[in-house]
Amino acid sequence: MDQKIDGVRLVAAARTELEAHSSITHNPSRRALLAKTAAAAVTGLAGVGVARAEPLSVPESNKTLGRPLPPEEYGVPSKYESHVKRRRTDVLVNKQNYSDWSFTPLHQQLGTVTPNGLIYERHHNGVPDINPDQHRFVIHGMVRQPLVFSMSDLMKYPSVSRFHFMECSGNGLTDWLKPAARTVQQTHGLLSCAQWTGIPVSTLLDEAGVSPSATWALAEGGDGAAHARSIPMKKLMEDALIVYAANGEMLRPENGYPLRLFIPGWEGNVSIKWLRRLKLGDQPWHLRSETARYTDPMPDGKWRQFSFEMEAKSVITSPSGSMKIRPGPIEIVGFAWSGKGSIRAVDVTLDGGRTWRQAQLEGPVMDKCLTRFRLQWNWNGGPTTIASRCVDSTGYVQPTVEDIQKVRAITGFVQHHNGVFPWSINEAGEVKNAIA
Amino acid sequence: MRSLETVTMALATVMLLAGCAGNTVSSTTASPHARSMALGAPVAEADLVAWNIDVRGPDGQGLPPGSGNARTGKALFDAKCASCHGAAAAGGPMFGTMVGGIGSFKTDKRLLTPGSMYPYAPALFDYIRRAMPLTEPQSLSNDETYAVTAYLLHLNGLVDQDVEMNSTSLAAIRMPNRDGFIVDDRPDTSAARCMQDCKPLRTSVAAP
Repeated sequence: MDQKIDGVRLVAAARTELEAHSSITHNPSRRALLAKTAAAAVTGLAGVGVARAEPLSVPESNKTLGRPLPPEEYGVPSKYESHVKRRRTDVLVNKQNYSDWSFTPLHQQLGTVTPNGLIYERHHNGVPDINPDQHRFVIHGMVRQPLVFSMSDLMKYPSVSRFHFMECSGNGLTDWLKPAARTVQQTHGLLSCAQWTGIPVSTLLDEAGVSPSATWALAEGGDGAAHARSIPMKKLMEDALIVYAANGEMLRPENGYPLRLFIPGWEGNVSIKWLRRLKLGDQPWHLRSETARYTDPMPDGKWRQFSFEMEAKSVITSPSGSMKIRPGPIEIVGFAWSGKGSIRAVDVTLDGGRTWRQAQLEGPVMDKCLTRFRLQWNWNGGPTTIASRCVDSTGYVQPTVEDIQKVRAITGFVQHHNGVFPWSINEAGEVKNAIA
Repeated sequence: MRSLETVTMALATVMLLAGCAGNTVSSTTASPHARSMALGAPVAEADLVAWNIDVRGPDGQGLPPGSGNARTGKALFDAKCASCHGAAAAGGPMFGTMVGGIGSFKTDKRLLTPGSMYPYAPALFDYIRRAMPLTEPQSLSNDETYAVTAYLLHLNGLVDQDVEMNSTSLAAIRMPNRDGFIVDDRPDTSAARCMQDCKPLRTSVAAP
């Protein structure tokens, strides 16, 4: 790599990665280079003294043949971006990787849409291999006429495409009361956002003829866990989709190929992947995944059940855990989202919560969708703690863990952590998870 | 073009009038896709038996014929489950314990086991049938599934080892956590949007 020529690109990359630690950037020489360019960029911005650029020579890429076009191909990211990957957990390491999860690298996501290869995963028995020609989707139970659909049947229906986030209810469960995960990928990366394309569930339910007595439906996957959840009919008829595509292409196998349910704003595990069946009934099933799992511990030994909605939440993605900053101007960026509507405002504190100032929202601000916020900051080099706090269109204000702890029991692997998330910055500029 | 527009407008008028006339309308009337395309193939419930595997917790609806007890369940568990879950379901190389959780929910360390957590015993049958063993889901017969269910309930102190579990006896078990759940009542916080002179965030960093 020509160091001088790639400098501009690397400065851009460095603004995102800053001095990323080894778990993000594996190549030591690249890491050193990044550190150097990040330092140069920050120093330059700070006006401490911009090193004079060396004279530019004509880059090799201007003087050689490029790579020829193959007859056909599926494009992949540049080899220089090979460090941008989903990762399994560093903290709560499962002894097997079939019922497991992997995190989206939020600190490296550059827009609000998560590329398909980086959408987070949560599987209950690995990723099944399903031939779409053989896949069948059934609606039965309390309907006038049970129906079987093939994929080609389904794809003849008029489609709708909607931008929505998806978040696992377990996002952040290792980091409630003390820091465990080091990066925002590991603290918040069970979160992704895509343009989902499919058919309103209501369209297909109407075809089968819903009994007026049906109030719940069981959705079931065609995977080795036959993962299933009970879902209220009201939500299914309101805005749920039967999805076959994300971001303009058929779903990836790990995201439910060829067909999944998508329930906007609700915990990810109800958006059943590899969807094979909807069975209508007049009460919930109380399956393992809605009693023994995906329930929230409450005071006095109780459990909260069917806590579907993902309440408003935000996090600063840069600077975030394991990054390193230099004194001078810093652009703070992050994501905010709400399962109950759109983001109305995001506030950022730069002094550990004593004062807050409103950040700028980057449009479009969409319903149940990731919204990017930013705030310019001039770090004076003193140790501090930064955090973000959002307000959604219902007026709900993102709580702190302290607020949540007053009303729920934080014990064990607790779901639905939407607490304000602090990052501490020490005198050396090292950014660390400071949850408590 | 002209004729198409006319047809479209006429159709819109008809739909509008239908709406005004108070016809029974489905929830999808507002969407552009309300018109039935009728592409789904009708099927009889009887032809869905192989897929219709769910069991409803509260009343056991969906539990199949068959039966099994903890004695036969132990042999099956030792052969097919213990390699991951450990002997007597006490925890193994892959997964943690499935016994001993009853009574732990009012302590600092809640232990989630089928005995302590499930409000309804039929859900245990449902889960084993749909998802276990991990390497061969849906491979156990109904009798085998009843037997393994009986063994796990026995290990949790909920049934004697000779009691036959079937669609009636399984649904009749009263699980310790039957009344342990509350339905979602959020929002349960009401944070204020303080901008100045706010209470500092609790952090893991020692105060400077």
